[in-house]
Amino acid sequence: MEDLLNAFLLMSNFVFVPAIAYGSQLALGAVGVTLVYGILRFSNFAHGDIMAFGTMVVILFTWLFQSYGINLGPLPTALVALPFGILATAIFLLGSDKFVYKFYREKKAVPVTYLIASVGIMFVLNGIVRFIIGPDDQRFADGERFIIKAKTMKQYLGTAEGVSIKVSQGLTVVTAVIVVVALFWFLNKTRTGKSMRAFSDNEDLALLSGISPDKVVSVTWILVAILATIAGTLYGLDKSFKPFTYFMLLLPIFASAIVGGLGNPLGAIAGGFVIAFSEIMITYPYKKFVAYIVPGDWKPEGLVQLLATDYKFAVSFIILVLVLLFKPTGIFAGKSV
Amino acid sequence: MTLNKNILYFAIMALLLLGVGLFQSWNVSLSILNLCLISAIMALGVNIQWGYAGLFNVGIMGFAALGGLAAVLVAMPPIEGAWDKGGWGALGGLLIAVISIGLAVFTFKNMNRGRYRTISIVAICIIGFFLSRLIFSPATQAIESINPAKSGYLGGLGLPIVISWPIGGLFAGIAAWVIGKITLGLRSDYLAIATLGISEIIIAVLKHEDWMTRGVKNVIGMPRPVPYEVNLQSTPWFLELCNWLGADPIGFSSIFVKICYAGLFITMLFIVLWLSETALKSPWGRMMRAIRDNEVSANAMGKNVTKRHLQVFVLGSVVVGLAGAMLTTLDGQLTRLRINR
Repeated sequence: MEDLLNAFLLMSNFVFVPAIAYGSQLALGAVGVTLVYGILRFSNFAHGDIMAFGTMVVILFTWLFQSYGINLGPLPTALVALPFGILATAIFLLGSDKFVYKFYREKKAVPVTYLIASVGIMFVLNGIVRFIIGPDDQRFADGERFIIKAKTMKQYLGTAEGVSIKVSQGLTVVTAVIVVVALFWFLNKTRTGKSMRAFSDNEDLALLSGISPDKVVSVTWILVAILATIAGTLYGLDKSFKPFTYFMLLLPIFASAIVGGLGNPLGAIAGGFVIAFSEIMITYPYKKFVAYIVPGDWKPEGLVQLLATDYKFAVSFIILVLVLLFKPTGIFAGKSV
Repeated sequence: MTLNKNILYFAIMALLLLGVGLFQSWNVSLSILNLCLISAIMALGVNIQWGYAGLFNVGIMGFAALGGLAAVLVAMPPIEGAWDKGGWGALGGLLIAVISIGLAVFTFKNMNRGRYRTISIVAICIIGFFLSRLIFSPATQAIESINPAKSGYLGGLGLPIVISWPIGGLFAGIAAWVIGKITLGLRSDYLAIATLGISEIIIAVLKHEDWMTRGVKNVIGMPRPVPYEVNLQSTPWFLELCNWLGADPIGFSSIFVKICYAGLFITMLFIVLWLSETALKSPWGRMMRAIRDNEVSANAMGKNVTKRHLQVFVLGSVVVGLAGAMLTTLDGQLTRLRINR
């Protein structure tokens, strides 16, 4: 019994807690991608770099506030800087829409054209971020590090294993819940949100009913700025900020959005958790876990790792491929194929 | 008008190269030229995909990296004892993986829909995965343990490196076929996302599978298709040539080597250019353009759009893979940084 409890705690510490945090970050990213897809009807390749851009602004403001001595006590200072990051990102996105996407929208270009344009925006953002903050790792987390320390929990329960929950992980989940609830309230209850859903369902009909496309598109970009900056900052607080990592996040984010059905925000959230859990569970070495649940002398020799951590992107790719093969519209019905 | 403009652009480029040659050094100028030639071939491959068919491929570098892998596997001399120790095991493990995937696909196609089919496919995949890992892991560890500082990988076949160019194309073509088979016929976005994924994975594999590519330790000192400078400097006809030109043999030898590379690359460039121009002018090319311009009407005319897209996607990737192998040949080494944007 003791061993089973230990095994459960071990799994919670190294798999469940990190996966829930990572899943929330992916879910926020995927909702952004899915919104762009639903309203503007293209896959936004710049999303990872939008996250990097927003996070970069947040980091710069965090440093500024830290130099003034402003802090939030146990919470990271980045939370104060968040609105500024969102503002800068929103301005950038609205500008890019005005100068790039609007041109193609008026020409009624095919989706691939938007996609190529978004790759262009991606390179621009890539350059800006590397130019301003450089390609290296940046740490900007401050305040307390842990909500619950593994050691405290071990003493409390008297077990060999404990669960530690980092502030960044707790913050991620709480923020994600708040953001998602607010988003769904906005989409379902407000007039603007309703017009966005109408636009997403049937563009022509929405236009006929007098919905202003420019307004819908602008609101979408602002929502994307909010979601991307929050997701990027939470990811940066949890791990660390490195522009290239954010570009690499693109694949799991797309995988989450497609698994959940492109254009479906609820599906994107579910997809984020599916991807996060499978990525971490498949690359976790189960050696210690197996040692707890099997009788003493059956201890495994190797790491009992299904796939090396280096290939965690392969996991999201394989899930993506399986979904494309068997259910191209995603688990929750998304837009047409 | 456009022809004149094109000539102007090429003339500007030639002037720039000449300028670099005159004011900096001919060595640098020729290095730039060689890179230009390879990029030109790669661009032709991309043009086949984007231009002829409107298929957006984000993962060009992944396919080029496969070409580089081919160069290593074909041209490097085999490592003493690596094959006996683990080479067959590694290959066997990969073979089991491929067979189990094939078996799963076969089961999917030939069994009736239902619970039994799902169960058997999952069982085949799981058993295949563990079986291949069982053979694969010890074999690769054995290979990597052979003199890790200097080799620690399987080595290649020791064949002339030029042979690796078409093989690089073949590798890239196979990868493209798999990706295309899955995503073509779905939304155009999915192809772009899938190519992004596959290129990340190819680069990750090249980085981490030490037994095959030495990973981040890089494969260096690959054999060349052209003579070495040191050998040239002691060859009588080369010295005579230098005498006749009034050039310094040591400096001129490296320029001569680069000219040889340029000659090889120009030949390849013209072959690919001629083939793709001919293809574009042929009935096949007209069909491709018709499909690109209006898929619906081409479909109504009885053209199988998905099949043609798959064909052109594979063809384009073959050219990119070829260029990737050539790039590795020019560098004389497979390093990850080259590949990583």
